[in-house]
Parts: sequence; C-alpha cells; structure tokens
Amino acid sequence: MAEEFVTIEINDQPVQARKGAMLIEVADNNGISIPRFCYHKKLSIAANCRMCLVEMEKSWKPVPACATPVNAGMKFWTRSDKAKNAQKGIMEFLLINHPLDCPICDQGGECELQDVSVGYGSNKSQYAEIKRVVQDKDIGPLIETEMTRCIQCTRCVRFGDEIAGMREMGGVGRGDRLEIGTYIEKSLQSELSGNVIDLCPVGALTAKPSRYKARAWEMVAHDAIAPHDSVGSHLQVHTFRKEVVRAVPRENDAINECWISDRDRFSYQGIASADRITKPMLKRDGHWYEVSWQQALDATAEILRAADPARTGALASATSTVEELYLFQRLMRGLNIRNIDHRVRQTDFSDQSAAPLCPSLGMPIAQLEQQNAVFLIGSNVRQEQPLLNHRIRKAALKGAAVMALNPRAFDFNYDVAQQAVAPADMLQALQAMANDPDNAVMATLKNAEHAAVLLGNVAVQHPDFAALRGLAYTIAEQTGATFGYLAESANTVGAWVAGVVPHRLSAGRELKQAGVPVGEFLSENTRTFVLLNTELADFANPQQAMKALSAAENVIVIAPFADNTTRKYATVLLPSSTFAETSGTFINAAGQWQSFKGATVPPGEARPTWKVLRVLGNTAGVPEFDWVATEEIVAELHLELDGVAVCNNRYAGTVGRDAKSCVSTTADGAFQRIGDVQMYRVDPLVRRAKALQAMIPPAAVQLNPQDAANMGVAAGDTLKVSQGAVTITLPAQLDAGIPAGCAGLQSGIEVSNVLGAAFGALQIAKAG
Amino acid sequence: MTEHPITMLKRKSDLLSHHEREDIDSWLARYPADKKQSALLAALRAVMHEDHYLSREKMDAVADYLGLPEIAVYEVASFYSMYEMDAKAAAKYSISVCTNVSCMLCGSDVILDHIEKKLGIKLGESTPDGKFFLKVEEECLAACSSAPMMQVNHVYHTHLTPEKVDEILDGLE
Repeated sequence: MAEEFVTIEINDQPVQARKGAMLIEVADNNGISIPRFCYHKKLSIAANCRMCLVEMEKSWKPVPACATPVNAGMKFWTRSDKAKNAQKGIMEFLLINHPLDCPICDQGGECELQDVSVGYGSNKSQYAEIKRVVQDKDIGPLIETEMTRCIQCTRCVRFGDEIAGMREMGGVGRGDRLEIGTYIEKSLQSELSGNVIDLCPVGALTAKPSRYKARAWEMVAHDAIAPHDSVGSHLQVHTFRKEVVRAVPRENDAINECWISDRDRFSYQGIASADRITKPMLKRDGHWYEVSWQQALDATAEILRAADPARTGALASATSTVEELYLFQRLMRGLNIRNIDHRVRQTDFSDQSAAPLCPSLGMPIAQLEQQNAVFLIGSNVRQEQPLLNHRIRKAALKGAAVMALNPRAFDFNYDVAQQAVAPADMLQALQAMANDPDNAVMATLKNAEHAAVLLGNVAVQHPDFAALRGLAYTIAEQTGATFGYLAESANTVGAWVAGVVPHRLSAGRELKQAGVPVGEFLSENTRTFVLLNTELADFANPQQAMKALSAAENVIVIAPFADNTTRKYATVLLPSSTFAETSGTFINAAGQWQSFKGATVPPGEARPTWKVLRVLGNTAGVPEFDWVATEEIVAELHLELDGVAVCNNRYAGTVGRDAKSCVSTTADGAFQRIGDVQMYRVDPLVRRAKALQAMIPPAAVQLNPQDAANMGVAAGDTLKVSQGAVTITLPAQLDAGIPAGCAGLQSGIEVSNVLGAAFGALQIAKAG
Repeated sequence: MTEHPITMLKRKSDLLSHHEREDIDSWLARYPADKKQSALLAALRAVMHEDHYLSREKMDAVADYLGLPEIAVYEVASFYSMYEMDAKAAAKYSISVCTNVSCMLCGSDVILDHIEKKLGIKLGESTPDGKFFLKVEEECLAACSSAPMMQVNHVYHTHLTPEKVDEILDGLE
C-alpha cells in the first residue's frame, strides 16, 4: 500500500504530511505543539477532551486536531484568536470540577493539566458553584487513585482494552455523574497496569509505592535498563537524595515502545530491602562477624586458592551484568575452577555442546508483531516477558495465528490455539506434530509468510529440554519458520556470551577441559560454592540446592541481599550492587547490547559487583586482572567475539531430532508438578519488592477437576502435598487447564523453597 | 485444542435462570456470532424482568455468558436509567412520573403527590411489600403531547388524573 503525501499549511507554513494522517500527528512530527489530554499516539482516538481544538479554513467552528484527517491544501491555525479562544474555553470547562489540590498532589510538577493550564488556560474561572467529588476505590497495591482529579480523558480505559488486553477500568454512570473506575473494589490484575500512571494526564492515577516520596523536580533522572526479563526495557530510574524512589519507562519504539511491565516499574522497591547487606561478613564457628573488605577479600581468596577445583562450583545469576559475568568466569577460570554455570533453573544439559553461542529471539523484538504465525513451546510469555507478549498480541490482533504447546493452559490476552498436555507428554505431542506435515500447527506455520517457533522459559526448565529443543528446531526447519528463544532473564544471552557455562569460554570459544553443569555439581560432593546474586529460590530444585549448599565447607556469597536462609549456608558475605548501583551491560533476547550507568551508589560498604570481583581477582593473584572501567571489560569481550555473529540460533544437536520417546518418570499415584516460576518471584530483587509481593495470589495447588473429583477434593479443601521428604499443606484449586495427573504448584514462591524439582513428582492427599 | 471438562467447574453464568438464558439466546440469534455485545441491553432487560434489579453477581453472569469484560456490563447498566443496580429499587412495578417542563405545566406535581400519598412512600423508595418503586427524577420521556404522564415498567400511561392513577395502580396485581 503506497502512501500518498500531501501538502497542507499549519500556521501559514507548508508542511508535508501523509494523506489521511490526523492533524495532531502531523503537527507533532513538525514540532508544532497542540495541547491535548485524551489523544495518545499508541491509543485509539477518542476526541472527547476537546483540548486540541484548532482553527481550520472554511470551517466556522474549530476542529479537534486529533480527529481531523489531513488532505491536500487544508489550512490550519493552531494559535489564532479563534483557536486560542476555543482552547481557553475548553480549559475552563475541564477545570470546573478539578480540585485545586496541586500542592498535595503527587502529579504536581509533572502534570499535563498544570502545564496546559498555564500554557493555554485563563488565570480566572467564571465557575463559582460546588465542585463534584468522586468517591475513591482501592484498585490495588500499585496504583493510587484520587478520582476527583479525573478529567475523563479515558486513556486508562482505552489502555486496558487496547494494550493490556484486559479491560478493568471503565466509565460508570453518565453525564455529570460519569466516573472512571473499576465500579467494584478490585485490584488491577494486568501485568502492564502501571502504565496507566504514565498515561494519566492528571493526578487521578499515581504510583502508590512512591507516593509522597519526593516532588518531581527534586528527583534526579538516570537512564537505566530493566533488570528482569529479556526485553531489556529502557527505564529511567529516579533518585531522591541518592535513594531510588521510582522507575518509569523511557521511550524506545524498537524495544519497549513507551511501556514497561509492572515488574520493571516497581521492583526498585527491593533495593532498600531490610536484608540488604552493607558490610562484608565472615562466619566463624556458626557466628557472623563484620569484617573489613581487606579481611573479607583475603579470606575469600584463601578459600578459593585452597579449594579443590574439581569440588568447587561457581554459580551466577543471569540478572547480573555482562561485565560481572565476564569477570566472574575469568576469576574462576583463573583459579582453575571449571564448574561454572548460570542455568540454575535448567535440569537437562544433555545437548549443551550443540547449543548455539547464545539463545536468541532470532529477530529484532519489533519484528515479532510482523509474524503471521507463532508457535510457542513451553511458554507463559505473558508473565515471563510481558512486552514480548505485547508484540505477539499485536500480531494476533492483526490476524496472526498464535499456537502454543504448554504443560498447562496459561492465560493469554488474545486468542491462542493452546494445547495443554502433561509435562511428560509434551515431547510426544511435539513429536506427533513434527512427524505429520498435515498437522494443523505444521500447516499453519508452513503457509504463513512470516512464522516463528519460540521456546519459552518452561521449555528450558523442562526435564526434556534437549529433546524439546531438537523437535522444535526440526519443526522450524521443516516449515521454514524462524527459530528463537524467549530468553529467561535480563542477561541470559549475556551469560552465554560471557562464558558463564561449564563447557565454553567467553565469546563461545572452545575450552580444553570443560567443567560439569550445575545439575551435576550441585551435590554434597562439592565442598566450595561461589554464588553471585543467586539464592535458594532461584534453583530448579531447592531441596537439592539446600542439601548441597548446607553440606559444603564454604559458600561464598557475592550479592546485595542475604536473607536468613542464605545466612544459614553461607560462610562469606560480600555486599555488592543492584542494577541501579553499578554501570554495566545487559544483552536482551534479540541480542542487543545495552549499557547503562549507575543511578546511585550501593549503601554502606557495599560496592559495585564488578569492582568486588576485580579486587577479589587481584587479591587471589589471578594474572591480567586489571580493568578500571566496565567499558574496558565490554570492549575486551567484543574483541574476543571478533565480529562473530553472536546470535544465529543454529542448532547442531541430534537429541530429539529423531524419535526419542519421553518416558514419564512419575510413579504410581503421584502427580506431575507443573512448577513454572511466579512472575514476581523470578529473581532476588523482585522478590523483595513489597508492592509486587502483595499482588501474588495466595499459594495453592491447582488440580484437574476430574482428578479432584476422584479424590473427593473440592475447591478450598486442604491438601497434604509431599515432595521428597517434605510435606506441606496447601488449599486446593480446581483448574480445567491442568492436564489430568498434574498439579500446578509454582516455583519461586515462598512455600516452594522447601520443595524439590519444579517439574518433579508430587504426592497429594486430602488432609484430615 | 484439548477438551476440558469445563462443565464441572462453576461458572459465573450458572446464575442465569433457564428463562433468562432462553431470552438472551433469542437475542443472540439476531446478531453475528462475534458481536455478542449487541445482545447486552436485552440480556440486562431479561435479568431486570426476573429480579427487578441488576445484582453484581447477575451482571457478572451476563458478562460471562456474553464473553464481555465485567466492567463493560457495569458501564452499560449504569448508563441507562431503565436499569436499577440497587437492591432497594427492586420492585415488581417501577413507576416513573415525568416531572419535566411539559408535564410540570400540566400538573405532574399533583400526580406525584397523589402517588406518594397513596403508596405511603417518597421518591426513591419501594413499598414494603416490594410491589412498587417510585423512581427519582425521571427525565423527559418524550410524551409531552399527552402530559402529564408516567411510565410503569415499560408501559406509558398518559393524560393522567389522580382518579386515572388510582385506576391504573389498583388494576395491577
């Protein structure tokens, strides 16, 4: 479809514009400012606030710029007397019911209503009657409401419908009694709900966790990259007296557009968590002692030098930066320690040597929305990577066929042809597809112009990951679809590139003598552990991890936080930084390297993690360990890569490429656990963000209704759930999306810390 | 797609009576399958007909039945004055006396006064037996040429006099 361009005139200046574009869009592109409240470039046009009225030639009345398509020869005046009068009149109307509470309003200083009022309004009002008051409703722990301030632009309502994909807010009542809200008291559930805070042009919807923390003009803004999922959303972190008080999105159309997930927006709360460590500590005879950095580093270096490398394991979280991960593996390898890994939630490593240099999306993020067919394998993408889900949703709304094979029916906000089969049956289901070219999924992928086969977090955490990957790759090959990974963490790609895997050096270079993967060295055999930003709740099998860590002689923890569990098994605590307190780089799912600077400094004696590792390397006597800035580290890694295309996703494996049957390992009478990770429990920082924690539903076990009926269990009944030697009690929920013989019990949540494998066997019985 | 034993789970739409479902289905049949929202007004009318008001549970049931967001049902229910969302307004007969300018000039005040006295309730109240509800400040009902008038449920009664009102109300079961 060729676009036709026309010439119009705005304020007597000729302007080129796409025919049919709305005037406000043309004006925005040409730097001509027109006031507006309801118009937002990412939302549908409502034209209900009337603030953007301008004068148009041959029209006796002013027209709304947001709803006036342009055509050749049209002439507009945005600041003529007629336009100004109209704007002033509208402004006066909008202020009739708006309270004059700017001094106690969080929006004050960054308020569109304030700005437009000063720019286009009048300094007095003719209205002398009573203003209306709207009763507030609590809409959850994330968003504060003050609906008396609402000017009914309906941006939040349209956002729910068009972007979040679940309409939770609406306009209730009519005329002068119209109120924007949820009508009933309920908390917004969308994983993108926080964006209405940015959209709201007034102080009706503001951020609850940062309420009354600081005035807009007192805060200092720092560019940052979101540290949770692999989108790498662009953030602005706002600090007040060196404390991070909020995070807001930075616009980047290629990555996060102008949105961020609630996880990225509110996780900063974890930075100031009560279990933050601010001093290096050593454990002696079961007691913790605060020590100087020198003492701590000497002790650590001594432990590492004395440790038997074959019986030492080093684990780093993929939420660490590229620099941290690079130094981490250099430090370990410099000390001959080869058991290095970041894949703490993965259990199947059988095809690791065939894996590509790093798992990548296989296309730029924005290209997801151009797909005509998408096949998700083991992915709850809506919770795992909310903004990648947003792109897939856009494709779906444009008519793309989205299909999924999952161990349970996950909740999507668009139509998905989803097959939910028990974890043990996933392989068989996928195999049946791969062997049958007439299968609906195969045919849809093949017939689509742009198709993608995407592996999600659940697939990577699946006990049969290698075979699933092999089959998925086969399907992609046979159908001509792009093969990609929805990488798990902010820097999963970076962890591969930096060489935090046992079988490869940084930049994917070959290793003479490989170490063993985490699944093997996480045992009582290992005497020394080094944990970088990794906690018990991060492991695929917390029981196994706790056993191994407790049995070790030394556990060196380099992290910003240490809870009571960590303090139990750790012997050294080296306080380090969160994403906001260090410079660094994340590589997102699409392979984009994004560097950022620290927004503030770590508290107390805590230090940026890369510096801790650098000095630890020097103390331990590792040669050539002398970087003075994070930029140097990234430059060195780039040099090692030597122009190698990092993310080609080529898979050389043979596992699962031909028929390998998946044998269910579950015993009789046992349930297969479906232990996908709760979205607000994925990493140490978000687990400490209070407001997000309040969004987590109470822990429960979800059962297939037929299974429940067979056991005589009704919803709400108490169940005894056993895994390994541990038994806990949890309420039952019935969920038709759970395959028979399975039980949904999420990972990462507090109760799961005492349980075993996320996709292992569970014994379930009715209590009492 | 796998078949789930969904029937075993309680759904919000289970609350709708057989009659309500039949009524809604007959309206759904008139619209394209992907435009179920079109039947929303009729669905709410069906609920009003049985319950004489819209409880939150019934609105949620309608939302579930039509596959709409619950808020979309609340919006419509709260927009139109023919729907009542308060249990106190639930009465077999809802009386709306027009008190707009044409009716007022023709003596609607007398009519309203008469009804209030007759039923022993004020505007916005229901009779204790749940038979009558007197709706607050109904706007013009577009029957100015036959003023004064009132609407009892969906039936218009025009050219009212106190005697005629007695006759109408006494004639209701």
